[in-house]
Amino acid sequence: MNESHHHQIDALAHGLRRGTLSRREFLLRTSALLAASAAATLPGAARAEDTPKQGGLFRLGLHNASQNDNLDPGTWSTSWTGAGFNGGIFNNLVEILPDGSVAGDLAESWEPSEAAKVWRFKLKSGITFHDGRGLRAEDVRQSIEHHMKPDSTSGGRAIVEQIDSIATEGDDVVIFTLKEGNADFPYLLSDYHLSILPAAEGGGIDMSGNGTGAFKLESFEPGIATKLVRNPNYHKPLPYFDEVEFISIPDATARLNALLTGEVDFIQDIDIRNVSMIEGSSDFHVQRVPGLRHFSFDMDTRVAPFDNPDVRLALKYALDRDDIIEKVFLGEGRKGNDNPVSQIQKFSHEMPQREYSIEKAKEHLAKAGLETITVELHVAENAFAGAIEAAVLYAEHAAPAGITINVVREAADGYWENVWLKKPFAAVDWFGRATVDWLFSTIYTSDAPWNAGWSNARFDELHALARAETDDAKRTAYYAEMQQIVHDEGNILTVAFVDWRNAISNNIGYGQVGGLMPLDNMRICERWWRKD
Amino acid sequence: MTRKSRPILSMVASRVGLGVLSLIIVSLVIFSAVAMLPGSYASAILGQNATPEAVAAMEEQLGLNEPWFLRYLGWLGAAATGDMGMSFAGRPVMDVIGPRLINTVVLASITAVIAVPVSILLGILCARFRGRFIDKFLSTSTLASISVPEFFVAYIVMMVLAVKLQLFPSMAGIRASMDWGDQLYRMVLPILTLLLVILAHMVRNTRAAILSVMASPYIEMARLKGEPESRVVMRQALPNAIGPIASVVALNLAYLISGVVVIEVVFVYPGVGQAMIDAVRNRDVPVIQACALIFAAAYIGFNLIADVISIISNPRLLHPR
Repeated sequence: MNESHHHQIDALAHGLRRGTLSRREFLLRTSALLAASAAATLPGAARAEDTPKQGGLFRLGLHNASQNDNLDPGTWSTSWTGAGFNGGIFNNLVEILPDGSVAGDLAESWEPSEAAKVWRFKLKSGITFHDGRGLRAEDVRQSIEHHMKPDSTSGGRAIVEQIDSIATEGDDVVIFTLKEGNADFPYLLSDYHLSILPAAEGGGIDMSGNGTGAFKLESFEPGIATKLVRNPNYHKPLPYFDEVEFISIPDATARLNALLTGEVDFIQDIDIRNVSMIEGSSDFHVQRVPGLRHFSFDMDTRVAPFDNPDVRLALKYALDRDDIIEKVFLGEGRKGNDNPVSQIQKFSHEMPQREYSIEKAKEHLAKAGLETITVELHVAENAFAGAIEAAVLYAEHAAPAGITINVVREAADGYWENVWLKKPFAAVDWFGRATVDWLFSTIYTSDAPWNAGWSNARFDELHALARAETDDAKRTAYYAEMQQIVHDEGNILTVAFVDWRNAISNNIGYGQVGGLMPLDNMRICERWWRKD
Repeated sequence: MTRKSRPILSMVASRVGLGVLSLIIVSLVIFSAVAMLPGSYASAILGQNATPEAVAAMEEQLGLNEPWFLRYLGWLGAAATGDMGMSFAGRPVMDVIGPRLINTVVLASITAVIAVPVSILLGILCARFRGRFIDKFLSTSTLASISVPEFFVAYIVMMVLAVKLQLFPSMAGIRASMDWGDQLYRMVLPILTLLLVILAHMVRNTRAAILSVMASPYIEMARLKGEPESRVVMRQALPNAIGPIASVVALNLAYLISGVVVIEVVFVYPGVGQAMIDAVRNRDVPVIQACALIFAAAYIGFNLIADVISIISNPRLLHPR
């Protein structure tokens, strides 16, 4: 909703309070306004009246700074380091555009060969680091190899493990040879760990904060603040802000206060209980960006009764997702369809929505030769926000079908170490992965590190086929079949997909916003602007 | 003179020795408690990138695959030589908590410099005018501010002075790059909140300590001899109430160093309490240990000073029965 709509609704509300407007008229007129602004409020939709303006300071209040933060890209794991360092002072070879497609950033072009096993990247010319030194292919090679050392503790290790070797050709060509073909390889290079840093004298990289990015690092106090200033020699006609400041505010109430008192312009991940308060203000708005993050109940299919596909289907039909989204998430969520692939993802496959149905649940139980079953569902308050309430409601939904769900409350501390992947039926908060291949190979293929106990030979076969295939039409077909298999036989009950929910000052402008990663795919600093 | 000071010196020496022993016990308790917590630094830091290989590589590099008591002994040996070691993220522990410790000490000092004289003065006033309006007013208002949790006081202060009147910033997030005036301006609200919290405690205890002395027969005697009431309070009662007053002041000063985590969180003040919370969340044991040692040392140190003051003011305490 834009500002003028806000003001008009405020005026209408004022009229209602004074009694010059009937309640009915108020509702009619506000709903017309809401409809008119619906196009503009569609998450990610560009707002035509905003033309980007140069200048000003942008302050973000984030919760996830740590005093251990540092400039080694291998240690980054939060939106603080991702958006502040990767998106602020560095670039990758490629970037993911807000529409989810991949585009060159430091790389001008790339081409695969040998069934997507060898990738040749050509760098843009004339790119310089903040200290004036020109970008060379050697910088790229050292930056990626930084994560490939045998004793690497990098968060990007799982990605670079696919790389067999990296070679350079002159100063502007980098050739990656993979262990096996991967058509999504350019996508993977957009991961925020794989920032390009200058190569250091005598090998390795120089981790002093010297990058190619839109901003120079002015000051960095770990766990407190990061201050960035505009890089006048940036290789894109960006950024708009003169300065950006990341401010650590660990407490949710303090974060909200900071926004309301004008100490910051942007806060992340606001509590659903604060949404109406922010939406009732004329100075701020709530932004919802569809993302990959989803809340689910996962089953270990090696354990009875989850080993029976019909029992799994019965459990899937016995879940009333609408009820949980309405009561637990207060309407903030998109209905899950037992498919971990988000609708915003490339190769997402549309399937008929699985609805709550006691009859179908009973039917599948009968097919499994059962009349009633009793299962234990393990949850904790941090399994996902509202997991306990969701599980209790689910138990109510499932009871009429003869399914008894005993909700087991686990301790929040240690849930991910002691319960997740250890108990056969548990609640999980998944952040998703930028590509379907990456998602499947992390969680769903038989050899995936986080496989919760489900395997399917056809699924594994399709995964290998799709990975080495560069023809998008064929890949679409492969991935559609894989998603259908997970939907019908898989071990995951997706309750809901959740949006990135930010509260933002109305003085801040933005275009289409990417949701594959938080903060506009971590590139908020160079894509957003000030309107005042 | 020498006969008198020697027992105090030996008393101080034995108290310091006991203090060091307490510090070691505290560090042992903390270290073993952290070792028993589920989860590890590697899985906390890697989050959803925590593949088994990455976790194993990180734990090996940090030496986390050694038994915890071996790690403890190694840490204790280094700490004894003044080396607090490296945080698990590879920064020296003192680099991590040093600047934050300075912030905490600055906040505590400013608060203490205002709070201690004011609260003793108000306590004396209450005792002197016992039962009169000023006593009743201060007793009621301090009781009220002691009875609500500190974060509530903080939010009230913030709502009135930052949100409604907009006199002060709601966030006290001071940074090294700010000048002194700016830093002080941002610290006004946390200082005010802390003052409200500790003033109440100290005023009430000062008043109670003086009044309990005022019930002694020798005060009756002084009154019967015709001493004016103010003189009775200041000359006769106060010197004998210094012991208990010193203890409550010490307790509050130690609280200012180690107990202001809630205030730090509400006002986003980068103090050492937040550093410890951050370290616990990440299971960064060297930093947790250093914070625990600092907190324990503050408590033990301030109480030691209070004991010495009590004994000097009342030498009978040197010879416990």
